[in-house]
Amino acid sequence: MSVDAGTRSGDVHARQLAGLDALELTTRQRRGLASRTWSGIWPIASAVALVLVAWQLVVLAGWWPEYVFAGPVTTLGVLAERLGEAEFYTAVAVTMRRAVAGFALAIAVGLVAGALVSRIRPLRRAVGSLITGLQTMPSIAWFPLAILLFGLTESAIMFVVVLGAAPSIANGLIAGVDYTPPILLRAGHMLGLRRLRLYRHVILPASLPSFLAGLKQGWAFAWRSLMAGELLVIIANQPSLGEQLHFARELADSPGLLATMIVILVIGIVVDLLFGAADNALRRRWGLHQAAD
Amino acid sequence: MTAPLTEQAAGRAEGRGPAVRLEAVSKMYGQGRTGLLALDEVSLDVGAGEFVCLLGASGCGKSTLLSLVAGLDRPTAGRIEADGGRVAMMFQEPALFPWLTVSANIEMALRAKGVTRAERRARAAEFLETVHLGGFGAKRPHELSGGMRQRVALARALAQDADVLLMDEPFGALDAMTRDLLHDELERIWRERNLSVLFVTHNVREAVRLGDRVVLLSSRPGRVVEDFPVTLERPRRTDSAEVAEQAGRITDRLREEVMRHGR
Repeated sequence: MSVDAGTRSGDVHARQLAGLDALELTTRQRRGLASRTWSGIWPIASAVALVLVAWQLVVLAGWWPEYVFAGPVTTLGVLAERLGEAEFYTAVAVTMRRAVAGFALAIAVGLVAGALVSRIRPLRRAVGSLITGLQTMPSIAWFPLAILLFGLTESAIMFVVVLGAAPSIANGLIAGVDYTPPILLRAGHMLGLRRLRLYRHVILPASLPSFLAGLKQGWAFAWRSLMAGELLVIIANQPSLGEQLHFARELADSPGLLATMIVILVIGIVVDLLFGAADNALRRRWGLHQAAD
Repeated sequence: MTAPLTEQAAGRAEGRGPAVRLEAVSKMYGQGRTGLLALDEVSLDVGAGEFVCLLGASGCGKSTLLSLVAGLDRPTAGRIEADGGRVAMMFQEPALFPWLTVSANIEMALRAKGVTRAERRARAAEFLETVHLGGFGAKRPHELSGGMRQRVALARALAQDADVLLMDEPFGALDAMTRDLLHDELERIWRERNLSVLFVTHNVREAVRLGDRVVLLSSRPGRVVEDFPVTLERPRRTDSAEVAEQAGRITDRLREEVMRHGR
């Protein structure tokens, strides 16, 4: 075989490969933004409509007088009124500040605990099931102790929020580390990555999806604990959503109470959607779901 | 072009000693009566610049043997020498990191060596050119086809600048046409870079297509049954009569081995 023939056959070979590559590359087109938004919105819209109808029917059935159980029209009227008041936004701001601070603290605690437990074997035997146990503990059961320890302060609320959220976050990280595909560990090992570098470049990124799931669950626990806390721990001059709920019940202000509940529900759903979007973006980047969307 | 290269390889083999040497290597999983002897006193040399195919039915410990050479696992008995310890490995799956781009995957091999960022990027692009994937560096692994991913894995293995390349059924999951092209590709790279290759497969024709030698292993426990030299001129074609004929003889021997377990 002459050199010339050799290069030519190499060239043909490269072109064959390029041809196969072009044929095998999947061209997946994403649907337009409008169509995706619509497909995301209509199930939510119809669910909301369904709830409003059911609510109105219950009110019409007349099991309770209107001043005890307000109908959707009255409630939404009160809600619309509130949206125009500064006090409402102060309350939301206080609650969200607590939520964000508590959740951030829970992430820090969960990360450290998860990292330690997943790395140190004896610790994991001792603490591993304890973390799952903590997760099943209803957060409201912590409040008597929290109030004893910290009094009626924001620290008491934070204490319970962190205890509620951190176990889920730690568990997410631990599960992610545990289920790092062995083949990637072997590949990392072959590339010369050991110990901390293996942890940083392979194990941590590989556990990201599971960690994100832990964050999402942790948020749900944090939000619940926070609402329980704000109902129980009323701090003067700090209007919050939980406090509004408390006073609405004291004053038998049914539409106000229901309006606050709607706000709490909507905030919970919006944050959950944000986590869902992050999860989707991650999965798309990694090619984890090939479903049409 | 073929003959001088082979002589050259043989010359290197004499001069430097084998790239990989296994002496009476045994591997036992578990202990006592419930233990499983995966490898039983396997002795095997891979000469410098040599392409050795390891062939056997399932359960013959082929993959175990590669893991031992790669240092991913320790033998129960025996000695393994890998020349300078510079060994790269390719798996049946591409085993690419899904969170990194194609280029960053290759750069990971250089990162462990402490190469600077700019140089990593440039070298990764070169290695991608080598496997005819120039311009795909910014893609994510899942955006490529199976064959392309295996070529990225090959580029990543090459980036480790190892002299010994271990391959564990790397083309097993690919369609026949892609596999044929990747055989040509691997053969070219093997020659250009004077690699020593230990290639595990259960596909007899693939072994004859690629190997200077085909080493047949028995199953449970894995032992070396026979060492077939393949002297056919390169480049070979998997569908040629010569390859088929030689593969036929090896297949017969393999079937005898498998039949022993039927009784």
